[in-house]
Amino acid sequence: MLRFLLAKLAVLVPTFFGITIVAFGFVRVLPGDPVLLMAGERGLSPERYQQLLHQLGFDRPLWEQYLGYLAGLFQGDLGTSLVTKKPVLTEFMALFPATVELGLCAMLLATIVGIPLGVFAAIRRGSWFDQVSMGTALVGYSMPIFWWGLLLIILFSGILQWTPVSGRISLLYFFPPVTGFMLIDSLLSGQSGAFASAVSHLILPTIVLATIPMAVIARQSRSAMLEVLSEDYVRTARAKGMSPWRVVNVHALRNALIPVITTIGLQVGVVLAGAILTETIFSWPGIGKWMVDSIFRRDYPVVQGGLLLIAAVVMIVNLLVDLLYGLINPRIRHK
Amino acid sequence: MTIKTRFLAATAITLALAGGASAKTLVYCSEGSPEGFDPAPYTAGTTFDASSQPVYNRLVEFENGTTKVIPGLAESWEVSDDGLEYTFHLREGVKFQTIDGFTPSRDFNADDVLFSFNRQKDADNPWHEYTAGIVYEYFDAMDMGTLIDSIEKVDDYTVKFTLTRPEAPFIANLAMDFASILSAEYAETLDEAGRKEDLNQIPVGTGPFQFVAYQKDAVIRYQANPDYWRGKQPIDDLIFAITTDPAVRMQKLMAGECHVMPYPSPADVEALQSDDAITVMEQPGLNVAYLAYNTLQAPFDKPEVRRALNMAMNKQAIIDAVFQGTGQVAKNPIPPTMWSYNDAVQDDAYDPEAAKKMLEDAGVTDLSMKVWAMPVQRPYMPNARRTAELIQADFAEVGVTVEIVSYEWGEYLKKSSDKERDGAVILGWTGDNGDPDNFMGVLLGCAAVGGSNRANWCDEDFNALIEKARTTSDEAERTALYEEAQLRFKDQAPWATLAHSTVFMPMSTNVTGYKMNPLGSHRFDGVDIAE
Repeated sequence: MLRFLLAKLAVLVPTFFGITIVAFGFVRVLPGDPVLLMAGERGLSPERYQQLLHQLGFDRPLWEQYLGYLAGLFQGDLGTSLVTKKPVLTEFMALFPATVELGLCAMLLATIVGIPLGVFAAIRRGSWFDQVSMGTALVGYSMPIFWWGLLLIILFSGILQWTPVSGRISLLYFFPPVTGFMLIDSLLSGQSGAFASAVSHLILPTIVLATIPMAVIARQSRSAMLEVLSEDYVRTARAKGMSPWRVVNVHALRNALIPVITTIGLQVGVVLAGAILTETIFSWPGIGKWMVDSIFRRDYPVVQGGLLLIAAVVMIVNLLVDLLYGLINPRIRHK
Repeated sequence: MTIKTRFLAATAITLALAGGASAKTLVYCSEGSPEGFDPAPYTAGTTFDASSQPVYNRLVEFENGTTKVIPGLAESWEVSDDGLEYTFHLREGVKFQTIDGFTPSRDFNADDVLFSFNRQKDADNPWHEYTAGIVYEYFDAMDMGTLIDSIEKVDDYTVKFTLTRPEAPFIANLAMDFASILSAEYAETLDEAGRKEDLNQIPVGTGPFQFVAYQKDAVIRYQANPDYWRGKQPIDDLIFAITTDPAVRMQKLMAGECHVMPYPSPADVEALQSDDAITVMEQPGLNVAYLAYNTLQAPFDKPEVRRALNMAMNKQAIIDAVFQGTGQVAKNPIPPTMWSYNDAVQDDAYDPEAAKKMLEDAGVTDLSMKVWAMPVQRPYMPNARRTAELIQADFAEVGVTVEIVSYEWGEYLKKSSDKERDGAVILGWTGDNGDPDNFMGVLLGCAAVGGSNRANWCDEDFNALIEKARTTSDEAERTALYEEAQLRFKDQAPWATLAHSTVFMPMSTNVTGYKMNPLGSHRFDGVDIAE
């Protein structure tokens, strides 16, 4: 197991350097720069433009800027936002819990609904349930998130008034962030009604963010289950007179879950990408919205630091999934 | 207050609210996050709405709802005969706000004025670069660095500004957000505590509301300043709920989650107007959208060619299709709400036949040109691409072939300033200080060629008029000069003036006392909520 872990870690090192180059290069490849955007319609004289570039250090050769960025990274310094003048890491840490909270809830919903849906559809292959659930999954998979979110807001918050429109908690509640997770902080605050308010604010964004992963997980569970159900050992189990419930839950499901877990791990990236739009619609103060704003403003340090941190999170999650995979499937860890 | 006590105080307010006590809270669904809380390093209205407007005051201020300059922290001022010396008499007994870690030991005085300006003006000032990479772009853009020769403390309540040249818009400049007055004593306290950067995170001013807390990208909380020198505000708490999407802001307003929202989508205005619980205020924006020809290049160097093209353009069709009626056709480079607007100017009539003939007379046949369309929506222009398409169709009628080009916004701004630029540019402007010079000087003056003068138009007669107006302090005389300048502008037609947009402000019907500001700021002093 240790060798397995070390091998996985060894791959991460070059990946990490690759990401620093991509993160650094990406925002600089985009046309325009932060100085031009700051000046707006008024424009700048060429002298003033050069002066500002110099002050911000963007007139130095690219390799020099990159080495400076790397040197900062090794000292744990991700740079300072050009806009807010705050350290990138501080901003990230303030916003990241909101994204994690929403992402976890979405993944949880996607998993607890997606897997049973797929499994049941596989067992009842060809039935109306199979047709309807897989058809719905296809629609969910192709749903434009922005439109879907707005549709839910108009229906549930506007017309039915069951859920709040946006935000993380009612503005009536105000307490210091302890963990940054609103569900936990609202409980810690001891204010009555705070937790219920936090939950009600989570419902719509969770549904919206869970839609695509849920569809993917359901479809993956169905096909994995179908494959396992056609295996010889399942037929043997059935032939031995084992109850259908036991065949599915004890013998088939465990094996069918292996590719599903991989899929769930890969969905973490999808959820982080989906968070960008979901956070924008629901005014959810997370890192997705933060990154988009920074890209529009060409806030170089935030984009290169933020991308790196997000990539690190995805890499760690995938590493954990690999380890989990090894735990479930002994053949992998003994390879 | 420490953060903890701030939260406790706010919790008490919350409980009072929940218990039905009389604390009044106004929620404003703002359109974006502030960049910081020190107004001086920034240029965005969103930042000013959250910093300079609620928290700070200036020596002179814009009267709420107008562009008229009224006394602020300066009770009165005198200008020397040569227009070079401005002496301000400061208001006594004005208190800075008390927050956790800072209790002011003295009232506002001349030291605060010197601190607020010198940190922007002098590169050697210890507060000039109090956090890395800070630049005072507005101060520089308004040319204050070269305009102000010195700032002198005559006594505790008298300050004298000496200018390097007479400049009539100077007073209006001082009413702008970047000229907000910060506390020198607070800065000292921060310096001693080694927390200089907090000047941009935790603001302390003399304004109507004091800062309580900011949760990044989510909520900003203020409470009424109990010691405000103009008197305590009718509302007790002011909350900005940051909501970037206009459709979601509208839903929040309709669901009662906020009282006021800015910038509705033009397409939603009708739905908002038909809601009984919502009032939609509207006002012509202090802005202009234009198409600037490059007057340095043939055949656009000929005024008759430019005028002919202007006559080929159906501007009303642009208002109907692009602004969906939320705007008006522009005939002058300044908006009608601005003083010195010359209503006697006759706009070029839409007349494709006459335009065609004028082009032929000028010897222009088979003309091909580029029209630049901005890639972004701006307050003065909801859809530049669509506008360019309409212009393309109009020009085709008179035999002019148009190719529409666009670039990324930063590139667009840069390339459009290039004197060698090929084509006419769609762009616009929103006023900074309500002074006509802020439009005519900035956008059409000879000094701005190759910069914000996108037409690269340097007309001796026009420039002489605006230069004279800039250095004259008599407003009647300035008005006459600007009126004449507008006639000259129309005659020479460096731009096709396209539109002035209308700004909408939807709010709950129980909000009272809100005034729309021509300069685009959103202010909550004097605002109340009816029971």
